[in-house]
Amino acid sequence: MRSVPRVGPLAASPTTAPVLDVDGLLDDPETRIIVCCGSGGVGKTTTSASLALRAAERGRKVVVLTIDPARRLAQSMGIDQLDNTPRPVQDVSGGSLDAMMLDMKRTFDEVVLAQASPEKAKQILENPFYIALSSSFAGTQEYMAMEKLGQLHREGGYDLIVVDTPPSRSALDFLDAPDRLSSFLDGRFIRLMLAPARGPAKLMTAGFGIITSALTKILGGQVLTDMQAFVAALDTVFGGFRQRAQQTYALLQAHGTAFLVVAAPEPDALREAAYFVERLSGDRMPLAGLIVNRATTEPPGELSAAGALAAVERLRAADDDGPTAGLLRLHADRARLVEREQQLRDRFSAAHPRVPTAVVPALAGDVHDLDGLREVGRLLAGA
Amino acid sequence: MSSDWPHVQLHVVTGKGGTGKSTVAAALALGLASHGKNVLLCEVEGRQGIARMFDVDPLPYAETRVATGLALGEVRPGSVYALHIDAESALLEYLAMYYKLGRAGKALDRFGVVEFATTIAPGVRDVLLTGKVFEAVQRNSRNKGARQYDAVVLDAPPTGRITQFLNVSDQVAGLAKVGPIKHQADTMMTLFRSPRTAVHLVTLLEEMPVQETADGIADLRHARLPVGGIVVNLVRPQDLDPGELAAARSGELDRAAIAKDLDRAGVAVADDLVDGLLTEAAEHAERRALEDAQRRVVAGLDVPSYELPRLVGGVDLGRLYELAELLKEQGLA
Repeated sequence: MRSVPRVGPLAASPTTAPVLDVDGLLDDPETRIIVCCGSGGVGKTTTSASLALRAAERGRKVVVLTIDPARRLAQSMGIDQLDNTPRPVQDVSGGSLDAMMLDMKRTFDEVVLAQASPEKAKQILENPFYIALSSSFAGTQEYMAMEKLGQLHREGGYDLIVVDTPPSRSALDFLDAPDRLSSFLDGRFIRLMLAPARGPAKLMTAGFGIITSALTKILGGQVLTDMQAFVAALDTVFGGFRQRAQQTYALLQAHGTAFLVVAAPEPDALREAAYFVERLSGDRMPLAGLIVNRATTEPPGELSAAGALAAVERLRAADDDGPTAGLLRLHADRARLVEREQQLRDRFSAAHPRVPTAVVPALAGDVHDLDGLREVGRLLAGA
Repeated sequence: MSSDWPHVQLHVVTGKGGTGKSTVAAALALGLASHGKNVLLCEVEGRQGIARMFDVDPLPYAETRVATGLALGEVRPGSVYALHIDAESALLEYLAMYYKLGRAGKALDRFGVVEFATTIAPGVRDVLLTGKVFEAVQRNSRNKGARQYDAVVLDAPPTGRITQFLNVSDQVAGLAKVGPIKHQADTMMTLFRSPRTAVHLVTLLEEMPVQETADGIADLRHARLPVGGIVVNLVRPQDLDPGELAAARSGELDRAAIAKDLDRAGVAVADDLVDGLLTEAAEHAERRALEDAQRRVVAGLDVPSYELPRLVGGVDLGRLYELAELLKEQGLA
């Protein structure tokens, strides 16, 4: 028993996050789906491709679904053509790797064709609202990535599916898809739009006249007609949409799925990562861990940043103009970066102590071939 | 130095994720306000990044003063105001401003029309966001008592989406071929395509962001949207001169001389320290060479470019002013 209560913060050693066992995850035959999410510019696509390649070369039959890979990386994997079909990646030893790039519009079209009668499908596919909806970015891409994941899973044929997600916070919008579709379907607006098509006057409430005249005033009559046609046509297939979205949601929650949150050691990227971690646990999605890309590697030697800068000052006082001062400044710069990145990671792991983490050192150049992906895979596994 | 963009009223700042476009937009706003102008900084992605950078409470849908512009020389700086634009508020404001819908406006909201328009109806969201930016640049007589700004800076969506975002005529073309919405979209396009607008692209000296910048410029030009400058961000420190860099890469730095310098500077010389410094120098030189290669690609894009250094300690408000000064010295602000 302590007789004097301790005051102030305890000088505890910084929390160290448990280490993410990447090879353990990739080798486990029960791991069937890996979803990589994170904010833009953190190397998510490269991470997904590297994980998929490593799993394949460790003997698994893998497909990787990417959203928007850099051109040279896509070329090196043989998927520079956007045809929505998995293509085998050449020169993979061990197991096998297929890769595909998501064609959002085509995926959407396929869903409509699968759900509606040919005549109805034609009507939907030609509606201007549908065309705009299926080819605009916001939101649709996330749904379609998950739809494609569901398809690949249902068709079977792979023991591991690795999915890259679009680079935005809305990457997790697909989690809301079932709810959003339901509330949309059951919403008053839809009933309002459907009212003229369905005819009976019982829905012609006082609000209705006001709304339609307001909408006509703002949008013009033609837009309103197109919109009504769109909603009426989609109404018949929406039930199917909702069911599929619910299935995919359940698949994501199930044992066998692993979410990896990808970040860079920067405040914004780690803040987004924290958001993803919280959102996933809130939805009871199986989070496997955090990957911190592009970490600065610790400089060798015992010299601190302050020590190096003090030495620079002394050299300057002695009018030294050789490269040594420059080397010391570089060293100080790197030591400070390492320290700052460590602080940022500590802050994250203090708030999320149970999230296993893998730290990947920064590479000098960009990755655009299989050898580069192998190297990243090796670094990911800490091997 | 005088600004390269004296006639621009709307500065749109885009960039690939992770390049620091929000930081650049904020620094640009501070720099532009140094001319004694009042500047409005807008964000449209719902992240409240401006509030964090300027260390103020989360911003409402109202123009809020967040900082005094960069102070340089004799000129008394203007103020930077900030606005967090969300599509729902923009739609309700738009309806109130143009249609005086009264009871019907409320009914639209109650019937979920607002939700439909802003979350499900495609493209509408972007049109509402750009519409508000347009209104801030070209104040409308219907918006009584609104503040006039000398410049508006937009922290815009990323490079991959910027052309679609600004190309509002295209966005509504599929939906409305005639009528008031079409007319308004065309008026907005006139401003966005005029020399009063400039779209600046933020990049890093790495292959992917530079490639995306080149693609972005091609897309913008194809859509006849005015390309501004390229801001190269997070540039590595330039502590070694070209001769030293070459020697560091080829492993020809004089090991003995460095050990002697270290000793003279009072650093306990251990072998692993000297080896470590030489390895760091070689890695640094390799990255600098990659940067230089990308710098040449940027120069080949034939667009004015500006450089900002990587700040080891991260960016806070004080550092934003430093960056603002650098942008001003180079002529972006």
